[in-house]
Amino acid sequence: MTEVLASERSNDSTIVTPKRGLMEGSEAIALASIAAGCRFFAGYPMTPFTEVLEHFARYLPEVGGTCINAESELEAVGMAWGALATGERAATGSTGQGLSLMQESFSEATLAELPLVIFNMARGQQDYFQSTRGGGHGDYRHIVLAPVDITEAVELTQLAFHLADKWRNPVLVYGDYLTAHTRESVTIDRLDFGEVPEKDWALDGSLTGTSRSRLISPLGFEKHGRPNPGIERHLRRIADKLRDIEREEVRVETGDVDDAETVVVAFGSPAKFVRYVVRQLRAEGEKIGFVRPISLWPFPYDAVGAAAQGARTVAVFELCAGQMIDDVRLGVMRDAPVVGIGGISTDGSGFGVGPLLDAEIIRERILAVHRGGADAELPPLPDNERAL
Amino acid sequence: MTTPLGPTLGPVLDTTVAPTQGARKVGDLKPDLLLTQEHHMCPGCGEPLVLRSFLESLSELGIAQRSIAVVGIGCYTSFSMTMDVDLIQALHGRAPSVATGAKRMRPDSIVFTLQGDGDMVNEGLQEVLHTAARGESVTCILLNNGVFGETGGHMTATTVLGQRTKNSLDGRDAEYHGYPILIGDLIARLEGAEYVARGSVHNAGAVARTKRMIKRAFEIQRDGGGFTFVEVLTMCPTGWFLPTGDGPDYMHETLGEVHVMGELKENGRIRTTEELHEENVRRQQEIEARLAAGGLDEHE
Repeated sequence: MTEVLASERSNDSTIVTPKRGLMEGSEAIALASIAAGCRFFAGYPMTPFTEVLEHFARYLPEVGGTCINAESELEAVGMAWGALATGERAATGSTGQGLSLMQESFSEATLAELPLVIFNMARGQQDYFQSTRGGGHGDYRHIVLAPVDITEAVELTQLAFHLADKWRNPVLVYGDYLTAHTRESVTIDRLDFGEVPEKDWALDGSLTGTSRSRLISPLGFEKHGRPNPGIERHLRRIADKLRDIEREEVRVETGDVDDAETVVVAFGSPAKFVRYVVRQLRAEGEKIGFVRPISLWPFPYDAVGAAAQGARTVAVFELCAGQMIDDVRLGVMRDAPVVGIGGISTDGSGFGVGPLLDAEIIRERILAVHRGGADAELPPLPDNERAL
Repeated sequence: MTTPLGPTLGPVLDTTVAPTQGARKVGDLKPDLLLTQEHHMCPGCGEPLVLRSFLESLSELGIAQRSIAVVGIGCYTSFSMTMDVDLIQALHGRAPSVATGAKRMRPDSIVFTLQGDGDMVNEGLQEVLHTAARGESVTCILLNNGVFGETGGHMTATTVLGQRTKNSLDGRDAEYHGYPILIGDLIARLEGAEYVARGSVHNAGAVARTKRMIKRAFEIQRDGGGFTFVEVLTMCPTGWFLPTGDGPDYMHETLGEVHVMGELKENGRIRTTEELHEENVRRQQEIEARLAAGGLDEHE
């Protein structure tokens, strides 16, 4: 599967030959990044993210890029920071725990307006709050894109690099164990999302000593003699930009919501199961629809609110104790009761897929709410008794 | 011409007659790579001396227009705005990693970090050690004053035993606070480190020697060498709670006794701080012996 990329290697950093084949999501994400022009990656192994790092390490040198096995997540994000400052497309990633370590840099990179792309191959959906609210300090947000499958991961990975450059704001791609390890047949072409602003802020040392030297800083500093925004105005400008993103970058998929009595909201890999079950139930005549937020931030509040109009119950299926449900409630605004039908479910290791991610079990839980309303008693969560 | 103090370096101005021309500026004290001489440092601070040393070195080596600075968080952070250098502001402790990413993407550039002891030896110790171990072709410059100057004089990992700080009021006690880290020695042992030196700015001779060290580090990077490191002891009379003028002597006699000046690694040869100290003691003893024998002229 490597021969296409290797044999048609090009010096033109923007050209990566189309690659088609059955491959796991980790490989597809690395190749999609390279197709998007990513030339730098730094990371630290952590299940289930590890294979993303492996594939970057394997492919980036083939296109003249660099992948560094960083000593810690703190350093990985710092290295990406330096690469981004030179104007190159660069990324890092981990799973939730590792991303916790990077949070200081995540919020400050937002304030430095660095177009960082982050891959989170999460353990279940434990990191919704971390991704959409952030564990870092201050007023910052990251655009968060959650692919439902590998084909969409290829697209959203490339979109992530585009949006990062377009807005000069970090973008996080939220995957999970299934995203990273499921094999699908995909084609990787460079996707064109349109022009991005020229990176006149990027630096290479060439303006040192010219009185036009550049400064990339999260602190709102400017070089002496130039208008210096100061930290307050700098932070307000970023906040204004984030509001613009909130208006313009909402992405969502909905299905059968118009006359739905029950609306199920789910994102990422679990949404694939939910979508399948809802379509199945719809075919059986049940008035059930689904909403799948593709951008977790900005969250599709309007789409969720519209879907809830006329619905008896809004059910949220997520693989955690209940995080996205807060956003769903904000979107529904008391127009319908909102109830969580997911829960914590892992394999024995805590890294992978738990028994809850099963179409039959999800079907039972949706039907319980569909028939019994928000107060319906849900079947007990399936346990995973197997220890590591 | 000879004066009672020995030969002079040039003609002595004849003050018995009026000058033949008006006073004029004969030299610019501002390095080319500085946008202004304004700064936010306290009186007696040693950091501007290091700033001058590396800015002049970049100009003199003709590598300025491919130089990228990565600056940490400390008092010196305000130089980010006044240095006429393409510059990446890093977070506290993270500069060596940021420098790594920049250098890997722009291998023809000269990338250096500027960090304090709190930034590098406390918060970012692993960063600088791993960057050295990887042999990244970057130069890390450490401004070591043994305190967190910006917060007002608190203990760092390089604070010497007995040194009083705002959070070691009775002096650093090994039993209670642990021992200072001799960062240069740690780095010198790493294979990827090519040049490791410790300078000081307590007097003019030390400043000149420190500048040579910085220049040497930049030359090695320019020629594609591995990791280079220059630590410089800098006065912080404010953070040491001393009268401004007492800074240099205090530093020389306290920090300078522990963080001894000299080359810790050069051309593959490693010398420990202990060995540097022993050399200094030996040299001092020699001078004293020759003085006692009357065999030392005034130039030594």
